[in-house]
Amino acid sequence: MSAHFESRDLVIPGDVLYEGRIRTGDNTYRMQGKVCATRIGLVDYGRGIVSVIALEASYNSLVGDLVVGKVVDIELGQWMVEIDSPSLAILSVPDAIDAPFSPDVVMPDILDVGDMVIAKIVDLDRRRTPILSTLGRGLGKVEEGFIVRITPSKIPRLIGKKGSMVNMILKETGCDIVIGQNGRILIHGRTREQEEIVVDVINKINKEAHTSGLTNRIQEYIKGLKEEQN
Amino acid sequence: MSPRHGIVPRLKRKKIQEAIGSGKRMDGRELDDYREIVVKLGVIEKAEGSAEVFLGDTRVIVGVKIKCGAPFEDTPDEGVIICNAEFVPIASPNFEPGPPREESIELARVVDRGLRSAEVVDFSKLAIVPGKHVYVINIDIYILNYAGNLIDASAIAALAALRETMKPIYKVKDGEILLTDKKEPLKAEKMPVAVTMVKIGDSIVLDPSADEEEVMDARLTMTVDEDGNICTIQKSGSYGLTLEEIEKALNIAVEKAPGIRSKITGND
Amino acid sequence: MSKKKSRSRKKKKWERVDGREPNELRPIKIESGVLPNADGSSYIEMGRNKIIVGVFGPGEMHPKHLAKPHMAVLRCRYHMAPFSTDPRRSPAPSRRDNEISMVMRYALEPAIFLERYPRSCIDVYAEVLQADGGTRCASINAATVALVDAGIPMRDLVVSCAAGKYDGKVILDLGDYEDKEGEADVPVAYMPKLSKVTLLQMDGILSSEELEKCIHLSIEGCNQIYEMQREALKKKYGIEKEEK
Repeated sequence: MSAHFESRDLVIPGDVLYEGRIRTGDNTYRMQGKVCATRIGLVDYGRGIVSVIALEASYNSLVGDLVVGKVVDIELGQWMVEIDSPSLAILSVPDAIDAPFSPDVVMPDILDVGDMVIAKIVDLDRRRTPILSTLGRGLGKVEEGFIVRITPSKIPRLIGKKGSMVNMILKETGCDIVIGQNGRILIHGRTREQEEIVVDVINKINKEAHTSGLTNRIQEYIKGLKEEQN
Repeated sequence: MSPRHGIVPRLKRKKIQEAIGSGKRMDGRELDDYREIVVKLGVIEKAEGSAEVFLGDTRVIVGVKIKCGAPFEDTPDEGVIICNAEFVPIASPNFEPGPPREESIELARVVDRGLRSAEVVDFSKLAIVPGKHVYVINIDIYILNYAGNLIDASAIAALAALRETMKPIYKVKDGEILLTDKKEPLKAEKMPVAVTMVKIGDSIVLDPSADEEEVMDARLTMTVDEDGNICTIQKSGSYGLTLEEIEKALNIAVEKAPGIRSKITGND
Repeated sequence: MSKKKSRSRKKKKWERVDGREPNELRPIKIESGVLPNADGSSYIEMGRNKIIVGVFGPGEMHPKHLAKPHMAVLRCRYHMAPFSTDPRRSPAPSRRDNEISMVMRYALEPAIFLERYPRSCIDVYAEVLQADGGTRCASINAATVALVDAGIPMRDLVVSCAAGKYDGKVILDLGDYEDKEGEADVPVAYMPKLSKVTLLQMDGILSSEELEKCIHLSIEGCNQIYEMQREALKKKYGIEKEEK
């Protein structure tokens, strides 16, 4: 029974992380008494569970996720929304306007093809198609701002423990930021300068997500950028 | 690249217009700034000539292959240039494998016209057996990453590749064409440079990014030679341009061409 | 040289066209994450081969009727640039391109957790910019790195290398000339941790012993290349790690 690596070592798919009995977490699989990695990332042996914190991962829709999507099609009674997952997501009329679909509802007036939308995943149907809802505060059509994309696996780092990273960025820059779990981030600031700082910071976090001491470094970095601008 | 299936990204267009209206684009550039240009020569050693160009994140490779072949019917004593462009799927999630899309044909033809009108190569010196055998120069444009303005990137790469191209020397003996193992420079001496702009609302913006191309009203490419003459023009996009806009574009093209040209010669 | 040796028939030292040892690989360079628009990507040089691979997915399967209910479809496309060979080749896919696309798929499928993405599609595009023998092996090596770079869950890496016979000798990693003029070419793809062969082809004629020798030699080559794939993947994060 043994760990083959140390916590926070970089591992690649196929690497044997542990031999023997242990609970397995994210991005691992079992093979003949061995636990192996399925993605490139940092191995973690904490709390009796072996898992890999993936550095690169395709987005995996989970119920409860907040996502930023693009409407790509209108069908009868529902919009098809692209959220960068293996299948398109569905937003049905009752989940958008809290009223059943009727011939009076002019769907393009609510959401048209090409519009961006902030939504919550409320269900995954039996085919694992994400079912969305825009009923709720802060959800619905995006009217202002622009979108920046990063790898979905880096989103937790951008949010930070209990929101520590994103709250710090909000405070230091005064920008509105909506973080989609699917790797899309909506930014809207009062000035372009504020927005430029946020984009810069997001790109830096994307590159350094796997390093430690990041929150403090980013805070110093933002202070530096603000000074440059003045 | 025009939006697929006519999806107009309204939010994107609104934001880009706001930024342009305030004088600075989304990526921080001025309206008439080019992105960083990097030119690498000889990247494909097996080809007769080659070049790779990075224009911002747009990445293009051009390979030049030369062989002996039949001339075009209407120019029996002249060499032949054939431009071809491949929009391969790795360059963008919107590029699918299959027959050439109309944008790739347009790109190849615009680059071709620029090289031909400016007489980059002296075609009359490329006959091997006049009327029967001439040098056939294939210029293949390979898009590796699409981030806007493929035309300018491809034109720079094509010209840079031609300038370093070595052509094989053929010997004619008893009516037979023999390939020797000697080579000599192709001698591409003229330097036409393509300058592409897009119209977004009331603004003319140089070297469009992918987002700017997605929301543009129209696009205008002007190819300028070393004497400041225009040797190719191409307008595309679904909206019209005023005469003032065309004049403005013309002035920008003539002003910016020398800077691009020095990026190519700077690597000699 | 002693007098005894000079009386016997002088044997010329057997050399490969590029001076390599029989079990020596060509110089290899691998980079990961080279294309901003792809979900995952990789660039490889193996000798004078230059190949770039982009991966997209998992995403919706189009056309829908080709989707599989219980697993993702893996689509591979091997394509050569017109200037990649001498003489120039037409950009249209050839029958050889189609066959290589198919064996690439067979080589990579066993390593991917396709069953985690039912009804969807993963696209692997290999573009050969310059070819010099062994492009299918190089493509598979780069495709594996690109798949990991895309965050697609995998059981193991897939490594590929060819062995063969040239001028009577069993050799590793045939170059273009050796491939064309030699007696046999045996490309192999291999999952090193699971010890499974996922691609095996042969072209030419070999005795059973020679074939076995080739396969073993290939796998030795694969083990060496595996370390380079690992380095390429780690390198993307190595520089940042030092910035701490």
